Amino acid sequence: MAGHGIGIAGLKKRYGKGDTAVDALKGVDMRVAPGEVVGLIGPSGSGKSTLLKCLGAVIEPTAGRMTLGAKVIYDNGWKVRDLRELRRDHIGFVFQAPYLIPFLDVTDNVALLPMLAGVANSEARRRARELLEALDIAHRAKAMPAQLSGGEQQRVAIARGLVNRPPVILADEPTAPLDSKRALAVIRILNDMARRFETAIIVVTHDEKIIPTFKRIYHIRDGITYEEDGEGIEIA
Amino acid sequence: MISLAGRDILHAWGKFFFTGIGLGLLIGVTLSMAGIYRGMVDDAKALLDNSGADLWVVQRETLGPYAESSSLPDDLWRGLRGLPGVADAANVTYLTMQVRRGNEDVRTMVSGIAPGAPGTPGWPPFLVAGRHLTRSHYEAVADIATGFAIGDRLQIRRNQYTVVGLTRRMVSSNGDPMVFIPLKDAQEAQFLKDNDAIHRQRRSTAENPAFNRPGVPDLLAAVNAAQTESTSVNAVLVRIKAGADATETAETIRRWKRLQVYDREQMEEILVGKLIATSARQIATFLIILAIVSAAIVAFIIYTLTLGKIREIAVLKLIGTKNRTIAAMILQQAIALGLIGFVFGKIVATFWAPHFPKYVLLMPLDSLRGFFVVTAICVLSSLIAIHAALKVDPAEAIGG
Repeated sequence: MAGHGIGIAGLKKRYGKGDTAVDALKGVDMRVAPGEVVGLIGPSGSGKSTLLKCLGAVIEPTAGRMTLGAKVIYDNGWKVRDLRELRRDHIGFVFQAPYLIPFLDVTDNVALLPMLAGVANSEARRRARELLEALDIAHRAKAMPAQLSGGEQQRVAIARGLVNRPPVILADEPTAPLDSKRALAVIRILNDMARRFETAIIVVTHDEKIIPTFKRIYHIRDGITYEEDGEGIEIA
Repeated sequence: MISLAGRDILHAWGKFFFTGIGLGLLIGVTLSMAGIYRGMVDDAKALLDNSGADLWVVQRETLGPYAESSSLPDDLWRGLRGLPGVADAANVTYLTMQVRRGNEDVRTMVSGIAPGAPGTPGWPPFLVAGRHLTRSHYEAVADIATGFAIGDRLQIRRNQYTVVGLTRRMVSSNGDPMVFIPLKDAQEAQFLKDNDAIHRQRRSTAENPAFNRPGVPDLLAAVNAAQTESTSVNAVLVRIKAGADATETAETIRRWKRLQVYDREQMEEILVGKLIATSARQIATFLIILAIVSAAIVAFIIYTLTLGKIREIAVLKLIGTKNRTIAAMILQQAIALGLIGFVFGKIVATFWAPHFPKYVLLMPLDSLRGFFVVTAICVLSSLIAIHAALKVDPAEAIGG
């Protein structure tokens, strides 16, 4: 599945019925290849969050097709049976706020996902430690979330998003609470991880600092996406 | 899989611990209420056990001597003793009253016991200090709960008594400690009128020509003497011979003496089923209210704790956590809270039970029942929080 990235075609989402119906998405097309990081930019009310929720298998689109690798997720009213399992095993999430589980330490916050998937605790923790090392935060493995800085928390959140090796990661404003230096560091990490694990990453952002780092950007306005090439500035 | 509930409890242990203590105090009160009821039943049974009787002979159509007043002539016991199956019979009086101890009053049940020896029905079956009554007047054996010591003097009506012996767990069905005094003294205390009343009665008798006849000078003195003498007792305690049938003996007494007779089972039914029934219902009502209050508190606490984790629950659902894992987390926390509360409640109930003025009997079976009730309450209380958690939309984690 990792070899195909994520693709959507003609994705529509309508809220409500009759006269009060609102078309939040009016036929969105998007394709993100494995190892690619793309930006999704749009003003408030443009349909960004709705698109993210559809991509994250949190809400079902009204029409259109979505594929994850070779797997068809939605196809004009048809959908895979277990969206929860799909989210757990095939989609990683990184949020604006890290939303780490406050009562689990760093390792278990990351290891929780594989544990939920039935992986043995020791194996899940081994995978978590491996990722924490890759993200240069292994030294805080035993710390509780409240003891971490904002940047450290976001790196843990990225590790959690990656731990099940999902083919796609959806990052919702992952740099919003961070300063320029840390924001760019997070994007560099996402780029590294995308290349390393062949993961397709979609970053929803308003952050002017990081927009120039994307090679490809999707603009969304009034429920329709427009694709453009980004500057793709490499972060040192 | 790690225990999410356990980790949350360890992380916020202070919140759980102190909430558990609060709940534990409530559970402690509940267990104590159950203990008070058990204590009342045990007091009633102790009264019957300590009387040393197999049958209670009382005034006809009464539930005496404990539940209703009963009055019998004090020479009746002789006739009973001669009946087949009867090993021993002895008069007894019971009077609940305030007994003077120094400058304060002690609520006691004063029992007048017939002359005899240890083992006579009505006598305290054992002493923890001192000796039994040996004189006909002005000696007393007191339960240790009265606070009297050997050699203390206590006042009943106009007379002073010296405490010569102490006993333990000799209580009335109300839990009042008992004081044993000689029967004659007890009859006087129970039935004797005060001086003014005697004076008024004598004057009234003297003015009655039927009792004050010029030709019969001793008649008035005889009537006056009869009026001041008390010859009543409350009951006759009967012990039956080994091998004799209590029911048969009771039937013989009913038939030939035309008296009310109760056996042990009937007397227990009177005490537990009638005398303390209202108190038992009162306690049962209070227990139900406490259970409802406990359930409301647990439900509120668990609901509040769950609402405080809505964002985490949304994240857990978004990343694919099963509903049953989230429900189990909340359920386990509710049960853990109940467990902390129950352990603390049991400890405090055990420690404060001896300080109650009346006997509190904490029975292991009640504690076991309490544990299951607490667990059931916690499970039911957590349902509201589980419902709230399962309603959380994973999309809330994404926002927008």
